[in-house]
Amino acid sequence: MKKITAEFCNKKAREIRRDTLYMVAKAKGGHLGAAFSCIDILTVLYFRILKINLKNPRDINRDRFILSKGHAANALYVTLAKRGFFKESLLKNFLKDGSIFATHPSSFAIAGVEFLSGSLGHGLCVGVGMAIAAKHNHLKYKVYVLISDGECDEGATWEAILSASHFKLDNLVVIVDYNKIQAFGRVKDVMELEPFKDKWQAFGASVREVDGHNHSQLISALEDAPFTDNKPNVIIAHTIKGKGVSFMEDSIEWHYLTPNKEQLKIAIKELGGREK
Amino acid sequence: MRNAFINVLTELARKDKRIYLLTADLGFMVFEKFRDEFKERFINMGVAESNMIGVAAGLALSRKIVFVYSIVPFVIYRCLEYIRNDICYHNLKVRIVGVGGGYSYGPQGATHHALEDIGVMSVLPNMNVICPGDPLEVEASVRASIDFQCPVYLRLGKSGEPKLHNNMTIRDFRIGKGIQVYKGDDLTLISTGSMLQTAVEVRKLLKKRGMEARVISMHTVKPIDRELILTCAKKTKFIFSLEEHGPNGGLASAVAFVLAGLEKTCHFYSFNTPSRFVEKVGTKEYLLQKVGISPDAITRKIVSKMGCI
Repeated sequence: MKKITAEFCNKKAREIRRDTLYMVAKAKGGHLGAAFSCIDILTVLYFRILKINLKNPRDINRDRFILSKGHAANALYVTLAKRGFFKESLLKNFLKDGSIFATHPSSFAIAGVEFLSGSLGHGLCVGVGMAIAAKHNHLKYKVYVLISDGECDEGATWEAILSASHFKLDNLVVIVDYNKIQAFGRVKDVMELEPFKDKWQAFGASVREVDGHNHSQLISALEDAPFTDNKPNVIIAHTIKGKGVSFMEDSIEWHYLTPNKEQLKIAIKELGGREK
Repeated sequence: MRNAFINVLTELARKDKRIYLLTADLGFMVFEKFRDEFKERFINMGVAESNMIGVAAGLALSRKIVFVYSIVPFVIYRCLEYIRNDICYHNLKVRIVGVGGGYSYGPQGATHHALEDIGVMSVLPNMNVICPGDPLEVEASVRASIDFQCPVYLRLGKSGEPKLHNNMTIRDFRIGKGIQVYKGDDLTLISTGSMLQTAVEVRKLLKKRGMEARVISMHTVKPIDRELILTCAKKTKFIFSLEEHGPNGGLASAVAFVLAGLEKTCHFYSFNTPSRFVEKVGTKEYLLQKVGISPDAITRKIVSKMGCI
């Protein structure tokens, strides 16, 4: 099969941004800033990196992906639909009464969602368990966990990486969506994480830093894992909250806001217009 | 109870490669044999209970049967939300084994006492709560848990508890089904956990006074054995519950909930610990006496209650 290129991912990510925007605008709910921050990462993962089996989403050999920053579920839903896990038309129910598509992803009913998230600091712990199981079962799958920077305030995140290093889980790939804004302020003002790379390294991880909106860089880092034998992999993805829409970029407000008609029009234009 | 637990788990782990044991750095002088025999399937997660619960979920999602172990307050209260979201929501085969139920760690102080745990675990969807009354019930419940599809909280005492069952009474052990240990038609004593020992002693003391108490070991508090409670309510006019647990959310709540629905009911009283922290420490026996639930105190209260009516 022909490999998916960075250009393809770039185009796909724009589509996912546009559809996420429409979905959120219509439902008047969901976290746009957090979604736009990680859509490039999700696109590269689902279209290029993850080994998945659409016929059997629970295939034992599949790569596992946990969206630990569950508040970006809107982007995950659109990505899963685009990748073919379920029909895109289902997403018209996003946040409606009786819908399976909540602000945070439920693993009960949605094909492709491995784990319930929405409470921060869980995903990496669970990923460690899945990575241990892969080693013990002699299975080749990798475990990818996408965490937020705010999530690094949680003690359990550090408990988890400490154990991942101790158990030499080089099949575990942590991607930190480092957009430097958390729920109530800038990371440096709320709870400084720097020197961030040093912290992960001090906990025994092998660390790379990338531009989290550069598809080539993301592909090359993700394909290089394991970076070092016997060490868990951490990719610090430098990102911009709200990436892709000028007035949403690097803004705390757009963690919470949904666009009105006028804003939607401008945003869609900036994302290359409506294509369908 | 600790030894009964690890002995049966060791035996089961030989046959069933899905079985894992995770500990938050506890089990010194107890788990060495298991560790040495099943190197890979024994994982010391360090003193990090929340991560341990998350890792257990990851393993269970990968088709393992995971036993996690620590002292009750650490493995229950510290990581409650991890148990709720990771284990209960996904309805995983994780068995949370808490050692030191009630005042088992009496002299170690309030951090080590566990008098709210049955309530805390009982309120969680999908969670099942088992408090074995003696080493034989520990063994039987660990065996029964292997083919049980939902999460389980297993509340152990500590060590040195006597065997109170015989082969006959333990034979048909089933999760969710209480065991009648002794017959009797004057009153029913329903106990959970290591209060079974107290119930057996109270029965002896009452017998001396000419009263015949039936003794039920209600090892599973959730789901409670409704049918058995209804039978006891029909056969005896008085039901007394005995537990080493506070007044809220434990055995008394579960029994009362069943009885409350009846049109014609019986007299029901509960013996439990108070909802407060201890000021002075001491052995489990000392503390139980202090809060008024020693065999003597319970016997006196039962006689007085039944005499009044």
